Amino acid sequence: MTEFALETSNLTLSFGSLHVMKDVTLRLQAGARHAFIGPNGAGKTTFVNLLSGVLVPDRGRILLMGEDITHQLPERRVKLGLARTFQVNNLFRALTVLENIYLAISEHRQASRDMFSAAAHRRDILERAEKVIERLGLTEDIHRRVSEIAYGRQRVLEFAIGLSLEPKVLLLDEPTAGVPSAEIGSLLDTINRLPTETAILMIEHDMQVVKRFAREVTVLVAGEVLMTGSPEQVMTSEEVRNVYLGQSGYERFATNTIGA
Amino acid sequence: MTAPVASNLLSWHKIRPAESLFWVLAVAAFFAFPNDLPLGTQVLTMALFVVALDLALGFAGILSLGHALFFGTGAYLAAFISLGGWHEPISGALLAGCAAGLLALALGPLVVFYNGLPQIMVTLLVMLIGYEAANKATWLTGGDDGLGGIELDPLLGIFRWSVYGQTAYLYALVWLFVIFALARRLIASPFGVALQGFRENRNRMLLIGAPVKWHLIRVYAVSGFIAGIAGAVSAQTAKFVSLNSLSLNLSVDVLVMLVLGGVGRLYGALLGATVYTLVHHFAAEWNPYHWMFVIGGLLVFVVRFARGGILGVLEAVYSRVLAQFRARAG
Amino acid sequence: MDQVLSATSFIVIYGLSYGVVLFTISVGLVVTMGLMRVVNLAHGAFAAIGGYIAVKLMSEMNVSFPLSVAIAVLIAAAISVVIERLFYVHLYKASELDQVLMTVGLLFLAVASLNLFFGPNALSIKLPEFLAEGVHLFGRSVQSYRLFVIACGAALMLILWFILDLTSFGAKLRAAVDNRGMAEATGINVAQLFSLAFALGSGLAAFGGAVGFAILPLEPMYPFKYLTLVLIVVTLSGFGNIKASAAASVLVGLIETAGRYLFPAFGAFIVYFIVIGILMWRDRRLFLGWVGR
Repeated sequence: MTEFALETSNLTLSFGSLHVMKDVTLRLQAGARHAFIGPNGAGKTTFVNLLSGVLVPDRGRILLMGEDITHQLPERRVKLGLARTFQVNNLFRALTVLENIYLAISEHRQASRDMFSAAAHRRDILERAEKVIERLGLTEDIHRRVSEIAYGRQRVLEFAIGLSLEPKVLLLDEPTAGVPSAEIGSLLDTINRLPTETAILMIEHDMQVVKRFAREVTVLVAGEVLMTGSPEQVMTSEEVRNVYLGQSGYERFATNTIGA
Repeated sequence: MTAPVASNLLSWHKIRPAESLFWVLAVAAFFAFPNDLPLGTQVLTMALFVVALDLALGFAGILSLGHALFFGTGAYLAAFISLGGWHEPISGALLAGCAAGLLALALGPLVVFYNGLPQIMVTLLVMLIGYEAANKATWLTGGDDGLGGIELDPLLGIFRWSVYGQTAYLYALVWLFVIFALARRLIASPFGVALQGFRENRNRMLLIGAPVKWHLIRVYAVSGFIAGIAGAVSAQTAKFVSLNSLSLNLSVDVLVMLVLGGVGRLYGALLGATVYTLVHHFAAEWNPYHWMFVIGGLLVFVVRFARGGILGVLEAVYSRVLAQFRARAG
Repeated sequence: MDQVLSATSFIVIYGLSYGVVLFTISVGLVVTMGLMRVVNLAHGAFAAIGGYIAVKLMSEMNVSFPLSVAIAVLIAAAISVVIERLFYVHLYKASELDQVLMTVGLLFLAVASLNLFFGPNALSIKLPEFLAEGVHLFGRSVQSYRLFVIACGAALMLILWFILDLTSFGAKLRAAVDNRGMAEATGINVAQLFSLAFALGSGLAAFGGAVGFAILPLEPMYPFKYLTLVLIVVTLSGFGNIKASAAASVLVGLIETAGRYLFPAFGAFIVYFIVIGILMWRDRRLFLGWVGR
């Protein structure tokens, strides 16, 4: 029985009398391509915050590669192989693309303990950084400051940082949020080029992106899992249609019109 | 004055020619002002102290209002070592510095755990405890009278400590140079890059798995070590230690020196220490309250208008001149 | 037994009155820190201004004590509005380091100005007649002044409670302390609120300095001298938590007095140790959790 890359069981969280998460159980295998959808306020970002350690659940467990990380600090989880990207870019804005990735790789390789050699002389870090940058098509912007590059490229940089950490599980929080429609296509290509062994959990609103990316979809409503299934199953489900997509949304969907 | 983070982090290790200016001037001063070497030595030891503070405050963002604790520890320990019979100066200073560094290491977790006002308070309180302890233990520290009678063997067995302070000046200069070079390497290392990342976006550093607090503790320990060396060298060259080396007064003075020179640039530390110490020396006859007007006004002015201190202003002027030059040439 | 009772009553009364003065001076800072999130190291300056004006009015112009205090508070509050508009507005979005640096600069300027206007010597403490009388309590003669100060403190707490809990100004203030963004979004003029809160805080400090002039003697270094104690109170009470600051002030006042009376050899030490101890205790779970993992 293969170990799941990521597993949560009965994850529950309340803020006072407000239940934000109730008995959420999820299983991700290595290489998974899993989308998390649901109406606004359903708790999707809360879920990611619980997974990454920003929040601590009242009940339930989180297992990463079989290890219980429910109460571990965020830094520990990253070290154990869990990385996340942010809905709103959370980059080192005054630094260049190269420096952003350098930081991530340096931390991942424990190189940041090196207090003596010149940062630029660490060929090992620089080579890996260049590889990541190339793989995600950021070579053009390599020496530009983050604040100076297009928003869509910044989103890609978010992935690049996540990738640099060589995670076993990657959490993408609304990767296409705020990205101009012209750039979504290339962003999707980038996502599809992510390593196949990495389990990826993506939170998304854009159904087209979900269709092109996901092999499995979970629908979250008011902090509870409504259903989990293949994209087709979810999109043709009556329950989901009623609660989330609404009649018009379903129709738009089913007829496959792409906005971008 | 969280100085705008330089985004050529990966070229910090390159040594620019302008950097030699300070060292050349320092050596020149040795020959040009043979009667003022004690003052020069004071400038150098203060510069070393300010470098220590720059590492902790300018680069790592640790708000320390009590750094004199480490300076004073180094100073008093160097004195004890000498009075206890060990007269070799270099090893004495190293030992005192290490002790101060260990103290910083021990206090590190407590100081680094907090941010903002609580952090300031913790550093302040710990220093005040040290001050009061030294104040009360007059049998050990000489209290208000200070501790004198420090004797040292000739440096490296050859250079005697003369009244004119030539050996003292060069001794301090070499210490400053060596430690400065090491600090510069530190800033240019992957560790230094991580520190800059922390200054730029603390939250993201955590989420790329950086053990931020442990990094900070390490910087704090190094900073304490350097401040301890500065104190030790100060005690050794002045042959005297007073309670002032543990005081809030001194802590605030070095803070002002750093801000004046420019925070987070290492060279700002050298510049600020030099300017402040020299001006203070010549203004010594003034009513101390007038001096407070000057410092107060300076601080407010720098925060408001001249972020980056003197060094920042110089850099701005330099780049503007350069741009005009290029415009005319091109 | 008599001795113990007498010593205890001394410590309690003197410690309490000391703590009350500290409270009045510090509470303004607790409010402004909670509201504006500005580390203001120059806060003590307003206490000094209030004290100086009140004492000068009493001793040189023979103005009555209550009136002197009132005038001092008003003048200090007025000055604070000017200072806030000139300097503090720039600090609201600034980094902590910048705040520390600028307010330290203002602190120096304040001390130097006090010296310029009032000279370097400490002002003599001459209590007005009706306060200098002794009152017999627990076998000791206690200056009625001390009891007066304690009464002022209690009155102040009541007034503050009234302002904060029962007026709309107070409600807005508490809302803004709780969640600035939301408060702004509901149309509260935050800039104006800040100015008013700053004036309130400075006025309170001035009140403390004026009423407490015989407990904390006035001299140019006043804002510097009592800075540590004020900061200790603020740190112990957390942002904007007035009840906690009252408790903290009284605690510090009692410890300081007890320490000086019972262990004169150690004096100031004790407070510092206790404060660090309290901080560590308060955050022990977080601290251990962090270190343990």
